[in-house]
Amino acid sequence: MTIASSSPPSRLPLGSAREARTGPRPNRARARESGGDGRLAALFLAPALLGFVVFLLWPTLRGVYLSFTRFNLLTPAEWVGLDNYVRMVNDPIFWDSLTVTVEYVVINIGVQTAAALAIAVLLQRLTQSAMLRGIVLTPYLMSNVVAGIVWLWLLDTQLGIGNEIVAALGADRIPFLADETWAIPTIALINVWRHVGYTALLLFAGLQAIPNDMYEAARVDGASEWRMFRRITLPLLRPVLAVVLIMTVIGSFQVFDTVTVTTAGGPANATNVLQYYIYGAAFGRFQFGYASAMSVALLVVLSAITFLQYRLTRAGRSDLG
Amino acid sequence: MTAATATTTKARPAGRRGLSPGRVLAWSAMAAIVLITLLPFYWILRTALSSNSALAADPGNPLPVDPTTGGFERALGLQSTEEAIAQGGAGGGLKFWRYLINSVIVSTLITVGQIFFSAMAAYAFARLRWRGRDKVFALFLAGLMVPTIFTLLPNFVLVKELGLVDNLLGIALPTMLMTPFAVFFLRQFFMNVPREVEEAALLDGAGKIRIFFRVMLPMASTPILTLGVLTYITAWNDYFWPLMVSYSDSSRVLTVALAIFRAQTPQSGYDWSGLMAATLIAALPMLLLFACFARRIVSTISFTGIK
Repeated sequence: MTIASSSPPSRLPLGSAREARTGPRPNRARARESGGDGRLAALFLAPALLGFVVFLLWPTLRGVYLSFTRFNLLTPAEWVGLDNYVRMVNDPIFWDSLTVTVEYVVINIGVQTAAALAIAVLLQRLTQSAMLRGIVLTPYLMSNVVAGIVWLWLLDTQLGIGNEIVAALGADRIPFLADETWAIPTIALINVWRHVGYTALLLFAGLQAIPNDMYEAARVDGASEWRMFRRITLPLLRPVLAVVLIMTVIGSFQVFDTVTVTTAGGPANATNVLQYYIYGAAFGRFQFGYASAMSVALLVVLSAITFLQYRLTRAGRSDLG
Repeated sequence: MTAATATTTKARPAGRRGLSPGRVLAWSAMAAIVLITLLPFYWILRTALSSNSALAADPGNPLPVDPTTGGFERALGLQSTEEAIAQGGAGGGLKFWRYLINSVIVSTLITVGQIFFSAMAAYAFARLRWRGRDKVFALFLAGLMVPTIFTLLPNFVLVKELGLVDNLLGIALPTMLMTPFAVFFLRQFFMNVPREVEEAALLDGAGKIRIFFRVMLPMASTPILTLGVLTYITAWNDYFWPLMVSYSDSSRVLTVALAIFRAQTPQSGYDWSGLMAATLIAALPMLLLFACFARRIVSTISFTGIK
């Protein structure tokens, strides 16, 4: 996703496409172009279009189709109408898993957005050090699998350094990933650790678009840093923040890797997030139809959230200019 | 700091840059962030170099305890089964080099293919004139809205039908030809290449294909490099899709192998030393890759905001 700081992505294509067609052009060049580049365009577009149709468009339509079938990979899919959806609505594990996922997303996105915003503002107001920006990005270089295993060790109840610190502070050791109440917040924070630097840099990119004179003027007026943050940074960053929020929420709903290596859905389904449940239905029980129906449900939830966030945060409009 | 008059600035030349309580607090916060970011990396190294029995006896020691390279040997599959079990391992090692080569092949196929084909399409959208261009581009943009995860199940069915399950090509194929984002991102950069440059080449008699290779690609080299490195890192770190497609060592990539290595560790007591050594060698190639291009990547992300 590109964050265009001054205008949101949805408005970019139209404006810039028009821009590309106008503009002065020498006569010879125009003469050569007048016939259009149809054949050449077909050649340039062919591989990407093939990829788009075969591995994105077709699977999307097929995913919706499969959700109306009974399909175990071995025998042909059999049309069963709304059966999978009826089953889903009556499946308590599905609702549990949706609740767990929402809990995860709320903690993950809440903490991550606040922390990323703080880091971005610190990077902007305190220093221009590229090295610091590089450092905050390092956890992103590890895979979710690696990050999950590492934190499983750091937070181990008996031997983990995290619990050594807890014990040194005089508290009882916390079974972070083995306890039903702690597991989801812990996984949410592990993923904050991995992604917060990246999110911070995206917000930092948005902060670069805010004219420095505004801060200078505010300082002359005697405004405190907190006041400048409230009155300048936050309102002007809003469109970028909204787009980043939409992107990170969509990513957050797809949590899977970290759960697999840390808790495998347990204890007692406490971390059975939706994507984990879908994977189990498809590859554990070979119910591809039911798994597809749950995927469609997730797709609907994500689309609704995107739409709502876009409307509520007025992502399309900027306060700048 | 408030009411900054000429006299106060003169009296305290370091006024703004000085050590106000606020700045001390802000720098402390920054230091804490750096610490939380980097400390786990040190702890991985410290654990990997310790022996399992000593780790249990002295969990809080900041230095490696009873230093040994046994963890690395187990991760690389260099120890015999008896040796490994004696040191707290599972016996089954990691065929590290096999998985490393698989990861390199998959990530390279995805990165080179995706960037090159997306760049071609981006050029067609940005600079070629053909009927229906805006409509097809709108379709690509709509593709941005479909979460990757939604296409995974049907794509698995498709790859199975193509007979590419448990095959490196099957892992690479779905993202090898394009992603809507790469097309969208590169198109933005091609739009910004000044028309004049292209026209000068046209007047010199260069064809459009030549312009693409000799003008457009070189002029967009920095964004292409950034996109390339990020695509490589994403492909390298991907777990869910390769997990679906690969069944055996022949197509197993590092992330999947690592998760299996973790699942194999004895439930009675984890082989932490071996696990940390394995995570370190799995993450090392990306840390090195990033170290080479860090400055350019960080500035591209933090000034254009690419994801």
